[in-house]
Amino acid sequence: MSQHSENAEKYWKANLRLIIGSLCVWAFVSYGCGILFRPLLSGIAVGGTDLGFWFAQQGSILTFIVLIFFYAWRMNKLDKQFGLDEE
Amino acid sequence: MSQFAVNLIFVGGSFALYIAIAIWAKAGSTKDFYVAGGGVHPITNGMAIGADWMSAASFISMAGLIAAGGYANSTFLMGWTGGYVLLAMLLAPYLRKFGKFTVPEFIGDRFYSKNARFVAVACLIVASVTYVIGQMAGAGVAFSRFLEVDSTTGLIIAAIVVFIYAVLGGMKGITYTQVAQYIVLIIAYTIPAIFISLQLTDTAIPAIGLFSTHTESGLPLLQKLDEVITALGFQDYTADVDNKLNMVLFTLTLMIGTAGLPHVIIRFFTVPKVADARWSAGWALVFIALLYLTAPAVASMARLNLMTTIYPDGPTSQPIEYEARPDWVKAWEETGLITYEDKNSNGRIELYNDSPEFEPTATARGWKGNELVVNRDILVLANPEIANLPSWVIGLIAAGGLAAALSTAAGLLLAISSSVSHDLIKGAIKPDISEKGELMAARITMSVAIVVATYLGANPPGFAAQVVALAFGIAAASLFPALMMGIFSKRVNNKGAVAGMLSGLIFTLVYIFIFLGWFFIPGTNNLANTPDNWLLGISPLSIGAVGALINFIVAFAVSSATEEPPIEIQELVESVRYPRGAGSASNH
Repeated sequence: MSQHSENAEKYWKANLRLIIGSLCVWAFVSYGCGILFRPLLSGIAVGGTDLGFWFAQQGSILTFIVLIFFYAWRMNKLDKQFGLDEE
Repeated sequence: MSQFAVNLIFVGGSFALYIAIAIWAKAGSTKDFYVAGGGVHPITNGMAIGADWMSAASFISMAGLIAAGGYANSTFLMGWTGGYVLLAMLLAPYLRKFGKFTVPEFIGDRFYSKNARFVAVACLIVASVTYVIGQMAGAGVAFSRFLEVDSTTGLIIAAIVVFIYAVLGGMKGITYTQVAQYIVLIIAYTIPAIFISLQLTDTAIPAIGLFSTHTESGLPLLQKLDEVITALGFQDYTADVDNKLNMVLFTLTLMIGTAGLPHVIIRFFTVPKVADARWSAGWALVFIALLYLTAPAVASMARLNLMTTIYPDGPTSQPIEYEARPDWVKAWEETGLITYEDKNSNGRIELYNDSPEFEPTATARGWKGNELVVNRDILVLANPEIANLPSWVIGLIAAGGLAAALSTAAGLLLAISSSVSHDLIKGAIKPDISEKGELMAARITMSVAIVVATYLGANPPGFAAQVVALAFGIAAASLFPALMMGIFSKRVNNKGAVAGMLSGLIFTLVYIFIFLGWFFIPGTNNLANTPDNWLLGISPLSIGAVGALINFIVAFAVSSATEEPPIEIQELVESVRYPRGAGSASNH
C-alpha cells in the first residue's frame, strides 16, 4: 500500500507541475501579451495594428487549444506510465 | 421563392431534424437522462459542448459587442475560451472520475454537508435561470425577424421543440441534437463571414482577412476601419485600454465563471473515461474556436461595411439619403432594432458619435445629432443582408441563430432539472425514490423548467439583462473555488467550504447590487455605476474574480482553524485524483 501511495504521490506531483507550467503559458499569452504587455509589443506591426491586438483576438485562443491537447496527451501518457490509467 | 419561404424551409428543416433525433435517442434510465448513458465519444462530446456553450450571446451578440468596443471587448474572446484550459486541467477529469450526475452532488459529498449541497443548488439555479431567459428571448427575436410571427408565438414554437427532445431524451436527446445544432450554427456563422472576407480582403479565411489588406483602399483593413470611424468621432477601434486592472479581472471572471458553470461541467460526465474528459475539452475548444476566431473578423468587417453603406463616398463626404436606404435597413426598422430620426431635416442619414470632442466638426457640417441608432445585436443577423448575400444564406443565419439559442437553453434546462430531481428530490425530500420514479420526476421538473423559462423569456424580469454579472459572477465567486478546493486540497472541510462559498457569493452580489441596484431594481443602487465610484476601478462585472479570491482565503482560514476532514473524505479526494486504483478506497 505504501509503495502504491508513493507512486500515486509522484504521479500527482507530476500532474501539478504540468498544470502550473501550462497555466503560466495560459496567463502569459492572454493576460500578458493580450493585455498587460501590449504597449511593449506595440512596435511589432501585424496587419494594421500590433502583436498585442493579435494575441487578444486570435493568438491566445490558438495557444489555449495547443495547451489543452498537450496537457491531455501528457497526462494520458503519465496515467499509463504510473499504472493509474483506466482499464 | 420569397425570403420568407426560404427561411421557413431552413428553420422548419432544422427543427424536423432535431425532433427526429429526439425520437431516435429516447432516454430509458436516469443514467441516460442525466449523462446520456455515459458512452459519448470525446469528439462528439466536444461538438455538443460547443453548441451547449455557444449561446444566443455568442452567436448573435458577441460580434456586435466587439464591433462596438473594438480591442477593449477582446475580453469576451479570451474570457469565454480561456475557461476551457481551466476545465481541462483543474476540474473536468476529476469530476468525471467522481462519476456522479450533478455538480452540487460532488460539493455535497466532498464537503460531507447538505448545506454545501444546497448552496451549490441555489447558485446553479440562479445562474442557469438568468442564462436561460436570454436564450429564450433570443429565440423569440430570431423568430420574429425571420418568420414574421410575433416574438411570443416564436418563443412558444421554440419551447415546444425543446420540450420534445429534452423531456423525451434528457441528456441523451440533448447530446445528439446539440451535435446537429453545432453543425447548423457553425455553417451559418462561417459562410457569410467567408463571403464578406472575400468581398473586403480577397481572403477566404476571415481570421486572416482581419489582418489583411482592404482590397478597395489598399490599406490594412483595421487601419482603414480606424480611419473611417475616427473621422466620424468614434474611438479608435484598435486603441489600447487604460484600466488594465479591470480588463484583467473581467477576463479572469469570465474564465473562471466559464469553468464553474454547471451546464458545461455536466457535459464532461457523459464520456466513458477520464482520458476522454481531457480530450473532449480540447475538441470542445477547437469547435468553439471556429466561431470565436471568426467573430472578431465579422465584427470589424461588418462595422466597416455599415459605415461604407451609410457613407459610400467616404466619411468626409455626404451620407446617403434616407429614401435611398437599403432594404435591410427597412426590414430592421420594422423590428424597432434600427431607428432613424432626421434631426437636421436634410433627408440624409448622419451616423456619427455625439461626443463633445466631435461637436465642432458636426456643427460645421450642419449636423444636429446622430440620426441612426443601430442595435448591436443585429450585426450578425443582418450581416448577409448588409453584404448582399443570396437569400439562402439569410435562411441559414435564421436557423443558426435558433440552433445556438436552443442548444444552450436545453443544456441549461437539463442542469436545472437534474439538480432539482437529483439533488433536491432524491437527495433530500425523498431519498428512497425508485429509479423509475426519479426518471419521471426528472421529466416533470424539465417540463416545469421549460414552462417557467418560456414565461420569463416572454416577460423578461429586470435581472435577465445581467447574465454576465449574475451567471458568471456567481459561478466564478462561488462554484469554481469550491470545486477546485474539493479536488486540490484534502484539508478544506465542510465549515471552510460553506463559509468560503457564502462569503465569495455575498461579497460579489453586494458589490454588484451597490452599483446595479438591489436585486437589480432600478433606482435602488447606492452609487452611480461609473468608473470613479468603482473600488480601485474594478467594475461590478469584474468583481467575480475578487469574490473567488475571498472564497479561497476564507475557506482555508476557517478550515485550518477547525478539524481535518474525516479519513474517508481524504480518501475520496485521493480517488478523484487518480483515474484508476485509489478509486476503490471510497467504496469500502
